[in-house]
Amino acid sequence: MTHRGLKLDPSTTVTAPENSMSVGKSIKHDSAPLHVQGSAAYVDDIIEPKGTLHLAPGFANSARGKVRSMNLDTVRNAPGVITVLTVDDIPGKNDCSPALGDDFILSPGDIQFHGQVLFAVVAETREKARRAARLATFEIDEEVPTVNIDDADSNVLPDYEFRRGNPEDTINKSPNNLMGDFKIGGQEHFYLEGQVSLAVPGDADEITIHASTQHPSEIQHIVANMLTIPEAQVTCICRRMGGGFGGKESQAAQWAALAALAAKLTGRPAKMRLDRDDDMRLTGKRHDFTCNWEAGFDNEGILHAVSMKLASRCGNSADLSAGVNDRAMFHADNSYFYPEVSIHSQRARTNTVSNTAFRGFGGPQGMICSERIMDAIAFKLGKDPLDIRKANFYRGDKSITPYGMEIEDNIIDALVQRLENTSEYRKRRDQISDFNRKNPILKKGIALTPVKFGISFTLKHLNQAGALVNVYSDGSVQLNHGGTEMGQGLYIKIAQVVSQAFGIDVDKVRITSTNTDKVPNTSPTAASSGSDLNGMAALKAATKIKECMTQVAAAQLNCNLGEIRFEHNQVLAPTGSKGAEGDDSALNSMSFAELAKQCILSRVSLSSTGFYATPDITWDREKSTGQPFLYFAYGASCSEVTVDTMTGEMKIDRVDILHDVGRSLNPAIDIGQIEGGFVQGMGWLTTEELVYDKQGILRTHAPSTYKIPTASDVPEDFRVELMPSDGNIADTIHRSKAVGEPPVMLANSVHCAILDAICSLVPDNARSSLPQLEAPATAEAILNAVASAQEISSK
Amino acid sequence: MQYTLKVNGKHHSVDVENDTPLLWVLRDELGFKGVKFGCGVAACGACTVHLDGVASRTCVLPVEDAAGLEITTIEGVADGETLSDIQTAWIDHQVPQCGYCQSGMIMAVTALLEEIPNPSDDDIDASITNICRCGSYHRIRKAIHSVAEAREKANV
Repeated sequence: MTHRGLKLDPSTTVTAPENSMSVGKSIKHDSAPLHVQGSAAYVDDIIEPKGTLHLAPGFANSARGKVRSMNLDTVRNAPGVITVLTVDDIPGKNDCSPALGDDFILSPGDIQFHGQVLFAVVAETREKARRAARLATFEIDEEVPTVNIDDADSNVLPDYEFRRGNPEDTINKSPNNLMGDFKIGGQEHFYLEGQVSLAVPGDADEITIHASTQHPSEIQHIVANMLTIPEAQVTCICRRMGGGFGGKESQAAQWAALAALAAKLTGRPAKMRLDRDDDMRLTGKRHDFTCNWEAGFDNEGILHAVSMKLASRCGNSADLSAGVNDRAMFHADNSYFYPEVSIHSQRARTNTVSNTAFRGFGGPQGMICSERIMDAIAFKLGKDPLDIRKANFYRGDKSITPYGMEIEDNIIDALVQRLENTSEYRKRRDQISDFNRKNPILKKGIALTPVKFGISFTLKHLNQAGALVNVYSDGSVQLNHGGTEMGQGLYIKIAQVVSQAFGIDVDKVRITSTNTDKVPNTSPTAASSGSDLNGMAALKAATKIKECMTQVAAAQLNCNLGEIRFEHNQVLAPTGSKGAEGDDSALNSMSFAELAKQCILSRVSLSSTGFYATPDITWDREKSTGQPFLYFAYGASCSEVTVDTMTGEMKIDRVDILHDVGRSLNPAIDIGQIEGGFVQGMGWLTTEELVYDKQGILRTHAPSTYKIPTASDVPEDFRVELMPSDGNIADTIHRSKAVGEPPVMLANSVHCAILDAICSLVPDNARSSLPQLEAPATAEAILNAVASAQEISSK
Repeated sequence: MQYTLKVNGKHHSVDVENDTPLLWVLRDELGFKGVKFGCGVAACGACTVHLDGVASRTCVLPVEDAAGLEITTIEGVADGETLSDIQTAWIDHQVPQCGYCQSGMIMAVTALLEEIPNPSDDDIDASITNICRCGSYHRIRKAIHSVAEAREKANV
């Protein structure tokens, strides 16, 4: 056990002033006026430099095999084709993996999944490139692909385990024990803007890449290695993404690299924008999991021990699977104390596309396993699942996670109690029971589930950020930082932090593209940490400039340094202090812009970098000890659903959410993240089903076969509230909390509510093991669960 | 083939294949970059424009079918510098997150409110089938209702 003694220390606390100009206000997204006019430029909207070429990927219709020969003559001779890139064209490192060196940019002939890129066509137009890419012929020594987790005979990474006590033994000795298994589906990102990069060659070996990416620094690194040029000659820029959701963390790199390679070889700008079908086939998804669990508990439903085996389909390479699967393990406890526990993780290698980051990063898959255990206990004991959940919450001396971290910021009891009251859970539970007694076919279900999500990258070195702030002679401010904007409102939040620091209106802060030549060596914008990390870095940069400006202001306004205030675009000295010239007009204020000008005349720098490294992260993976997280974000949701047990149709009637964002930097942005995260989680758990056939070919590679939520799927009655908060107990930017990922898991209550509805089919005296409901709860899965409930009932 | 397209009130001549999807003519030939490519199978709605006032998905629509019709893109929704009430409501309700789908979304909603001035949630669900992967639907509904209400008040 470790302990880091988190407490509020007023001397280090950074909080917004009472009369905040900016921080804590629902200021509109900086791009909103552009978004609504269609003038926000995404990479494919940038006016193409003259002579821009276009790329299309080439791959064989095989999921596993060795390419004996590949005939590209017809491709090369096709209309408009300039060149065809193969592995032989790569001068340096043929790798676009985030870490382990196991992802080819262009495969040298080894096919490990359907869609593995063997060549890339470079042509005058995208259409010509795409048409030509279809003309290749191959001779392949086909091998039988490993498609499913259960069939995997090797792993991309070694197994890993958290263990405390002897759970297997304790489960057997417990008054009650249960076991079960559970399949959890993957999820396609379907960022509306697909993968795209535009590479523009520059002076000598310089190259500039406009990419839709969450990780510009990684693209810079991969392209430099591929071309054997210094990183200093590669610039990667991202103004905004049309959605990322994790899908552009590591997997934007391959397309950027291919565009860069084409630009390098032809000397012309080159763009690679994947077609949607290719994007869905060629890029990884949320990992699907199987979970096998056992639990021992007393007659009150309080856990004695839990044993879980989590196995995931990683695909053909490691990609980010280490972090994803670790995070699944870190969240397999959710808000529940497991006195004795083993959480075992297998990372299966399959001949499918390499699965990758997706909002929640494994956390959702781990967390929903905990809910399954709670539901199983409640069902067996004939108790309300909410009571079982509450009985097992972390509290008091039961606050040590399976990975040895003490939870010190626990608000789950208060939060769930508040939601239980505001959602009128008990009253509605009675109404639902009544409804279910009267209706044989339509069944209602309700569930209230908690979320506790750990904030920080579990890979320690990623917990750092840089920023660059420039103040210009007219008082305008330029803000650069390492975070990327994918719609989450990061840019505006950081601009609010900087505007607050300088006491100027937020529209005086010009937010620039994320650019590796402004802020180097950045971490991906991921793990919900964008505001936490970049906000702190930007504040540090702004504070340094402000200190310099304060000196000039104090001299000009003839007062002490500590007396200078930056407010409402003015720099103020106390009334009565005199101007430096001893002028009778008692100059006791000047505009921020005037001070900026005075600083230049006084030869004082108005530019500064800021750097932040998250403190208190001490996780040691080898030893499974230490603090992986700076703090936890909490939330809870209550969902009510109606299930048609004849057709498997399901409707969400009402959702109540209470979510903790600490002291919000921007409530409207945060609530938007909560609503959107919930909807995305709801899609994952209900309608979004990925289907691979036996040949390892993805059969759901368009929105026509892969059902993403639309307006009609959103709960009719949808109530979202922020948990009232005095602020994060950890010293985060203005005491806010991360909000990007945690809300995805609020949707767990939907799945649990569907299960609850199906459980109502089983008479009280027949309750034993739970009806088997897999995720996603498609109509088919619901009907299977109904059949399972009927079978249990007939026993 | 030579076509004359009337886009946002102005005529443009283009020389493209007759089966070129209107989306690519608008984006690549005429520079209306507000019209977005999303899925290519007319399922997501990011490429929605108006053809004679009717919301239409352009990624599978041959250009020849649009010749002679009044085409309105997102660029033609505002009156000069003045945003439409729907665009303003979109900002006020903080609808867009990543924003990529919203030009198509606004086109679909603009057409809906012409057809049904005060749509119910069911009307919205039936008409607005565009995909927003950020999940802004709840705010879309609210923004639509606010515009409908304001228009009704203005007409009273």
